[in-house]
Amino acid sequence: MTATTEIRATETDKPRHRRERRLHVSPGLLTALPVLIFLALAFAAPLLAVFGYSFMPEGTFDFTFPPTLENYLAVFSGSYYISFAKSLGLALVTVVLLMVICWPIAYGMAKLFGRWANLMTLAIIIPLFVSENIRLFGWVLFLIKGGVFLGGLKAWLGFDGESILYDVPAIVLGLVYVYLPFTLFPMVLGISMVSREVTEAAFDMGASRWQVFREVELPLATPGILIGGLLTFILSLGSLAESKILGGQAVIMIADEIETAFTFGQNWPLGSALSVILILFSGTLVLTLLSWVDLDRILGRGGND
Amino acid sequence: MADPILRLSQLSKRFGQFEAVKGIDLAIQEGEFFTIVGPSGSGKTTLIRMLAGLEEPSDGEILLRGERINETPANRRPTCMVFQSLALFPHRSVGQNIEFPLKMRGVPPVERMNRALDLLRLLRLPEDYYKKQVSQCSGGERQRIALARALAFDPEILFFDEPLSAIDYRLRKTLEKELKDLHRETGKTFVYITHSLEEAMVMSDRIGIMRLGELVQVGAPDEIYSRPANRFVSEFMGEVNVLEVKPNGAGLHCPVLGSTLQGPDGKADFESGYLVIRPEYLRFIAPGETAENTVTGVLYNEYALGSRIQYQVRVGEQVFLVEKLREQRYGGKLDDEVTIGWEARDSVLATE
Repeated sequence: MTATTEIRATETDKPRHRRERRLHVSPGLLTALPVLIFLALAFAAPLLAVFGYSFMPEGTFDFTFPPTLENYLAVFSGSYYISFAKSLGLALVTVVLLMVICWPIAYGMAKLFGRWANLMTLAIIIPLFVSENIRLFGWVLFLIKGGVFLGGLKAWLGFDGESILYDVPAIVLGLVYVYLPFTLFPMVLGISMVSREVTEAAFDMGASRWQVFREVELPLATPGILIGGLLTFILSLGSLAESKILGGQAVIMIADEIETAFTFGQNWPLGSALSVILILFSGTLVLTLLSWVDLDRILGRGGND
Repeated sequence: MADPILRLSQLSKRFGQFEAVKGIDLAIQEGEFFTIVGPSGSGKTTLIRMLAGLEEPSDGEILLRGERINETPANRRPTCMVFQSLALFPHRSVGQNIEFPLKMRGVPPVERMNRALDLLRLLRLPEDYYKKQVSQCSGGERQRIALARALAFDPEILFFDEPLSAIDYRLRKTLEKELKDLHRETGKTFVYITHSLEEAMVMSDRIGIMRLGELVQVGAPDEIYSRPANRFVSEFMGEVNVLEVKPNGAGLHCPVLGSTLQGPDGKADFESGYLVIRPEYLRFIAPGETAENTVTGVLYNEYALGSRIQYQVRVGEQVFLVEKLREQRYGGKLDDEVTIGWEARDSVLATE
């Protein structure tokens, strides 16, 4: 039915029909095509490869074998849940700490600092030009026994302390340090969306400073906070360098396990299965949270109840 | 007169070197609709922010029923402000918006809801708006929601910071009247800020005109309309004819016209300044008629202003505006030589 209508239309009104079709389909798709191809090659293809490998027999390096679930069985029967739980725990602690640390900074940058906010942005961004590993080794030099911090304390005050290096606190420090911008900047955006008049109106109508925060600023800044929190959580969940360099293998994170499986273990299928589980976990979390918190509604845009 | 509800004495606000409000003295009576009018940069917003408690005065005093409230923060003053943007909470329903001030004061939910529904009725909004999202309401409805919210905790004074300035002309005209009706219905003291004297005229019991941080004139709308204190006020009123004059014994010498005009009585101490004549006080003088002041020029153009017609008459360098009701329009055509005139008592002397 549709086909006949279309043909008739083509016959009776050919030039106009053609032009309309062109205008309808082409520009958007055409301009998006390079990005789509790039995403397919650089994003989807590796994911598919990982997905494919996770169903291959243990220790194999190609896709020619019949699919098997043995890697997943190995993951679930092994003790990987411990590393997974440790990664989850560290990621959670990092997110919570960063929320508390970033709120006052972000609030200041969005509302109070004025021109100085730009300078702060630069100060936070510039270190990102230096490789993460180098920056982490910098922390090692700072924290190590006899290093910048403890060595300095000893030389000047005669105080001889224990280093926090190569244990959980150092890893958390590293995570907080590395992922601060990822929490901070979305939060700044979130807070700057809260108009000054709205907070003043709340205050004028009898809200205390705390009530203004809880009833107005926090809910209105939620989109930014949520996005920053998710970014940080997922990045920390898959982080590797902090636990290796600052933690000195005191804690084996899930990313460690994946790396070991791929390199030392020469077991790509196992590493792939671990990766797929991690990806599925983060993906589900992101989608659930984003659908649970209706961003449009928070922002008061469109949509019916 | 009874004690004023709000008294300002020598109230000033400085931002660094800049003095936004310069020593204002003013008394606002209970139940009054007082409007402060001024162009942008006149300090009117700073003034009302100090009254609301969002800005602390640098000098002077704010007395609410005789008690100094300079240091009382906004959330502890029995006043409420309606902001220019209305500042409704986009993440809350209409009902939650209206209940907000009550919730902050720990009023129980049922009581809050009853109050919100009463206010919806007072502002002529349907009751089922209680559950509606603010984002789904029209401009006029939002205005009413903001008013309902401001009235919720029964404040003693309501402040308004140009809440109608972003609304289109026709709706604004309706809302101006609604606001004045609401003022009658509630009997509360309203202090209103606007840059439009026209808006102020419609609503206010008294008007204060502000310029560069000072109050230039305070008075009833009629008073300000017919006796502007200076050239600034008269020009702020809308289009007026302003002639520079200097007394010369026989009357007022007007250099640009090269003639001597008759001014209003009084103002014996007037040394130099301006003669202000409103366009509706000018009339076309037919042959055989006279007026105390007359000038002859060319009818250059005419503009239809709804119920009135405005004529531009050029007398040499000087441009005069004459306004007539549509029924009394001038019969001739453009480029006619016309004589226009006015009575001395219809003009006002103003200083710079």
